[in-house]
Amino acid sequence: MQIEMSQPILAHNDRQATANRERLAAHHVYLLDLMASPGAGKTSTILATIERLAKRFNVAVIEGDIASDVDAQKVKAAGVPAVQINTGGACHLESAMIARALDALDLQALDLIIVENVGNLVCPTEFDLGENAKVMILSVPEGDDKALKYPAIFEISRAVVLNKVDTMPVFNFDEQAFLSSVAALNPQAPVFALSATSGQGVDAWCEWLAKQMQSVVG
Amino acid sequence: MASVLEQAEESARAVEALRITSIRLVIGTMSDVLPEAMEFAMEALSPGTMAEGSALSIELRQPRSRCLACGMEFDHDRYHRTCPACDALSCELISGRELYIDFIEVENDAESKQ
Repeated sequence: MQIEMSQPILAHNDRQATANRERLAAHHVYLLDLMASPGAGKTSTILATIERLAKRFNVAVIEGDIASDVDAQKVKAAGVPAVQINTGGACHLESAMIARALDALDLQALDLIIVENVGNLVCPTEFDLGENAKVMILSVPEGDDKALKYPAIFEISRAVVLNKVDTMPVFNFDEQAFLSSVAALNPQAPVFALSATSGQGVDAWCEWLAKQMQSVVG
Repeated sequence: MASVLEQAEESARAVEALRITSIRLVIGTMSDVLPEAMEFAMEALSPGTMAEGSALSIELRQPRSRCLACGMEFDHDRYHRTCPACDALSCELISGRELYIDFIEVENDAESKQ
């Protein structure tokens, strides 16, 4: 006997993601899923973003790592609530993990939650967390060919942050080649060239994010 | 694969089947899911479930897009989605990212006795 299913393999994750999305919308909270390789500067970019947006919005961070709470400590030191998720080996976050992290936050008091996904350019792209937008960071030392090598994450991102632009002269990074490869995959996505540590270009990124948040936070 | 087995068992139980004899998946090549990895996971995870000993088959779908400028539909590879007719970059993917269970085949004792 044959049973027709036509069911997404990730149906369970999708259902929980939808529940997260509805819960966040009811509290007017914007969820940003930030994805990048290990060492691309996710935490530094989050800290630079907090520095500029914490005066206007109530921000919290959900940190996803295989192990340790190093990143959550850094965020807490910046005066922002942080929840650490340890995946214990899993290479990405799933919507059920986010649901548990949301339980630990006061959603009523928040406008923006930034999720720092596990450092990985592959797996996080497939999992809906209930976010309003996925954004990826590529850092200059990783090379200008990454959109060619990891197309899916560039395709799915609402915007692309190019971090560590202050190191461009050292790494022989062809910015034009990078921009055209991103445009070929995802013509709608803006690219924000910045340096999270020096602060160069961070304002433009924060303004874009604040604008994205408007329809949700009001 | 764990969620494939979970969903397949759920559907099999709903019709009071005793065993799952085959599972058919549809996977778009742009989803970056490796058929070999699914087969390995099936081998590792299915023992002890209703799908133990069942056959896994995978239908691969190749990328295909529709140009938002001129409406042309075209096949393409993993990395190039420019419209071959008008060079437009804005193309909507219509196939290639599938990741779903198409159907399963099950049997109960009545059937296997026949």
